[in-house]
Parts: sequence; C-alpha cells; structure tokens
Amino acid sequence: MPETLVFYVLSGVAIATSALVIGQRNPMYSVLLLVASFGALAGLYIQLDAPFVAVAQIIIYAGAVMVLFLFVVMLLNAPREDAAEWDRTHPLRQPAFARFGGLLALVLVLQLAWALLSATGVDAPVASRAGSEVVGSVRALGRTLFTDYVFAFEATSILILVAMVGAVVLARREGDQS
Amino acid sequence: MDLRLLVQLGVIGLTFFMLINASALLVYAERKVMGFMQQRYGPYLVGPHGLLQPLADILKLMMKEELRPKGADRWLFTLAPVLAITAAFAAFATVPWGAETTFFGLLAEPVKLGAADINVGVLVVFAMTSMGVYGIVLAGWSSNSKYSLLGGLRASAQMISYELSYATALSAVILLAGSMSIREVVDGQAGAWFGVIPRWYVFLQPLGFIIYIIAGVAETNRAPFDFPEAEQELVAGYNTEYSSVRFALFPQAEYINMTTMAAVATDLYLGGWHGPFLPPEYGWIWFLVKVGAILFTYIWVRWTVPRYRYDQLMQFGWKWLFPASVINLIATAALVLYFNA
Amino acid sequence: MIPLGHYLIVSAILFAIGAAGVFLRRNLITILLSIEIMLNAVNLSFVAFGRQLGSFDGQIITFFVIAVAAAEAAVGLAIVIGLYRHRESLNPDAFTLLKW
Repeated sequence: MPETLVFYVLSGVAIATSALVIGQRNPMYSVLLLVASFGALAGLYIQLDAPFVAVAQIIIYAGAVMVLFLFVVMLLNAPREDAAEWDRTHPLRQPAFARFGGLLALVLVLQLAWALLSATGVDAPVASRAGSEVVGSVRALGRTLFTDYVFAFEATSILILVAMVGAVVLARREGDQS
Repeated sequence: MDLRLLVQLGVIGLTFFMLINASALLVYAERKVMGFMQQRYGPYLVGPHGLLQPLADILKLMMKEELRPKGADRWLFTLAPVLAITAAFAAFATVPWGAETTFFGLLAEPVKLGAADINVGVLVVFAMTSMGVYGIVLAGWSSNSKYSLLGGLRASAQMISYELSYATALSAVILLAGSMSIREVVDGQAGAWFGVIPRWYVFLQPLGFIIYIIAGVAETNRAPFDFPEAEQELVAGYNTEYSSVRFALFPQAEYINMTTMAAVATDLYLGGWHGPFLPPEYGWIWFLVKVGAILFTYIWVRWTVPRYRYDQLMQFGWKWLFPASVINLIATAALVLYFNA
Repeated sequence: MIPLGHYLIVSAILFAIGAAGVFLRRNLITILLSIEIMLNAVNLSFVAFGRQLGSFDGQIITFFVIAVAAAEAAVGLAIVIGLYRHRESLNPDAFTLLKW
C-alpha cells in the first residue's frame, strides 16, 4: 500500500510539473519545474530498483544539463513580453485549429495507451521475473556495461568529446581567435 | 509502531539536530579561532567566554526586517535560500557517523548510526552537492542587481568546475574499497598494519586526499576560493540583497556543506569512526574528533592564506587539479589491478 | 506491487506532454526543454521494461540515452546562442531567411 501511494505521488508530481513546464511564460520557471520533474522521475527509478540510474539522472540531467539551460536563459535574457506576443499571434491559437489539434492530441494519447496496454504481460506486477538484489546491484551493472556494451561506451565517450568541441566552436563569437 | 522504527526515526532526527547545531557551533568556533589567530579574543561578552554568541546572532537576524528589492523575482528570491539549505541537509543523509549500536541492549538487533545507508551513497552525496549550485545561481539572478548576478555566476561556475576533481578523487576511493556505500568504505578501513599504522585510505591515496580537500574547500566557496563572496571586491556577492532569515540560511547552508565535506573526508580517507582505545559503540566520539580536526583546518586555512583571483582559481581547477585527479584515478586503477591479479 | 501498465501510461502521458510542448511553444529554449521531457519519458519506459524482464539492458540503455541527451543539449544550446546573437530573437519563426 505505501508503494502504490509513493508511485501515485511521484508520477503525479512528474506529470504536473511537466505540464506546467510547457505552459510557463518565463523560461526560468520552466527550467526549475523540469528539475522538479526529474527529481520525481528519479524517485520512480528508485522504486524500479535502479538506484544507479536514479542518481545518474540527478547528477547529469538535473545537476549539469539543467544548470547549462539555466545559464543560457540567464545570459540570453530574452525579453518576456515578446514571447507572450508571439504565443498570442501563433497560427495554432485560432479556435478551429486549437480544437482540431486538441482532438488529435487526445487521439494520440488514447492510441498510445491502447498500444501499451495491449502488449503482453502488462498486467504483471513489475518485479515478477528476477529478484531485486540482482537488478539493483551496481557491481553487476558495471560488469555488464564494460563487457557486453563496451563498444557503445567508448563510442559515447567520443560523442561527448565531439559535442564539447562542437559547443565551444558554435558558441564562439566571430573573429574571436582565443 | 515498534521500537526499532522509533529508534531509527530518532537517529534521523538526531542527525538533523546535530547538523543545525554544527552550523551554530561553527559560527562561534570560526570567530573564536579567527580571533586567537589575529591575537585578540573573539566573542567574549555574550555568555561565558562568548558561548551564547551564535544564539545572539540568530536572534538578531530573525528580528531584522525582511527586505525584497522591487525588481526581484517574487518566487525565486525566496526559493533560492530554501534550495541551498535543502541540498545542504540532503547531502548529509547518506553519511554514516557511527558503528552499529544496540543502545546498551535496548534493541534486539543493532541499528546503524546514520540517517540512511544506500548502496550508492557516495553518489548521493555528490548529487546533492550539485543541487546546491541552484541555490547560488538563483540567488544571484533573482536579486536583479549587478553585484549579485556576477557573484552568483562566478560562484556557480567555480562550483561546477571543482565538482569534476571532487568526483574523480571520490572514484579512486571507490576503486580501493570496491563499494559505493560509505559505510562499507569505512568498514574497509578497520584494523591496522603491523598493529600500529591504521589502515586508513589516506595512507594509500595521499594525492587523492589532498585533491579532495582542495576541491571540497572550493566547492563550499571557502577561502582561499571565496572570491564570489569576497567582502572587499563584490560587496557580498550573491547574497547582497538578502536580509534577515533568508540571509541567515545562506551561511548556514555553507557551514553545513563544510561539515558534510569534513564528514565525507573523515569517512572515506581517515577511517570514519575507527580508532584506538574505544569500543566500537563509542566510535562516534572518534568521528567527532576527526571531523573537528578537519573543520579546524578549514578555519585555519581561511585566515592564513590570501584569496585566489577568479581567473587564477578557474585555471587552477581546470589545468592543475583535474589532470592531477585523473592521473590519481588511473594510477589507483592500475595498482589495484596489479595487486589483485 | 505496481503493474507494468501503470508505468507505461505515465511514460505515454509524459511523452505526449513533451510532444505538445514542441508543437505549441514558440520559444527555442522551451522547445529544447520539451525534447528533454520526451527523452525522460522514454527512459522511464526502458527502466520499467528492464525491471520486468529482469535484465540490466533497460538501465544500460537509459544510461546511454542520458549521456546522448546531455551532449545534444550542449550542442543545441550552443546553436541557440549563435542564433540569438545573429537575430536577437528566440522565436523560431524569426529565422526565415531562406524562405521566399
């Protein structure tokens, strides 16, 4: 019973804060609400016996990527009134389009839910096949990561290096040789 | 509600209470030690030997007027100190401070002294420390003032730069111990070589210990890395516009971060609560002694060395400390492989 | 015990919210944030399935998705900074120089 309550609270927080993220005028608030959503998702990962993924999500996503977003929002300092103006004159804001778009979105959600629920074994509680000690062990996770997936690991490290160099080059001012 | 659950809740409450008292004690200790190093008495008048000075400070701060600048963002201005203090408290959650104890036979099974024991405990400390960046950067931005913004940006850039060396130094200890749970790291340091030299990881990882202490000092924005809140250059940095209780939360968060750094350094490098002459149930006394020694070193360093300029600080972090910590990690990995194979 | 379907529904709702954000918002940063929401929804699905099948594959894929998302956010924000410097605007409709 407390498990179910924790699940509902955490998923409620995650969904509510994500819905608020896309509805905020101020991008600063959006970033902070998304950090809250990541925290709730980390709680869900812990409930799914994935403590390493939960902590990695907080360290990398909420602690580094979102700080980067925050810096960019602060430094760009785009005026907020223009954003509101553009949202108001957006072509999708006309009532006919909005109703049609809303109907399509509802159809999408219902289709996704139907597709996911008609998969096999969906009613089984999560934790049916293996014990939680196996799946929650970081040592075994590391062993699998570095033996079966070592190629993907090394490729990811090169990808991050490329992204670092690319970000520095793209954000440089023109004529700046430093 | 059985007794064990109550005792565990009591231990968590005691940890929380100790952290708050630690920050108050550090206020007093800093001013007293600073005073003696500058050849004067520190606080002297309030209570015997000035011991009630932190109480007077807190009462004064609570009675000040709560200001908020007109252009400041309403929600973020109040949220920033709350985030800072929450991250500071949460970081101490997985730090154990004593061995298992049955409280003199009161309990059937021993309970571990520490708020929680998670199998990725070291990473949780690191994760909560990276959450602390938000408090500072939001404080700087939401105050809507030049000094605050500059101070906030510099402080947060410094913190995220030194987090890398911090994490890499921690990883080397995890390699030695073979586990990410801090309690298991401490238990790996029990015993002594030749009966005399304790098996602390500081003897196996001297470079790692120095890197960790330096990165820890930089993470908590303490001297010599406290340029963002330097009183002489930036008015007061990111907390210029804060007053009363919102202001009080910032130094409190800083002192609790210092305590967490010292506690993690004690657990990972100095053997935690293991020490001679005392039975294991009283190991927390040794823990307090070691944490106190590290905190005294923090205060000592602050009032002895001059402060780094901001660009010197960033250069040092990226060009010297981070390569040193990577070399430390690679050397440790090579030696662990060699001696275990 | 919570059925797997519950986790999948949460993931579907989060994905739909992220997709709605990409379509409805006219601010480059909010669009990037909506993309991060979609990636997180997918991560939740992976971990839930990995837990049910009792293998580590779900967690490992999630780990890679997080790393790739971090790299993509860095490069995306660098592009946004470059665009803003050029046009002083964060509206995607302002970058229409190639249209006639």
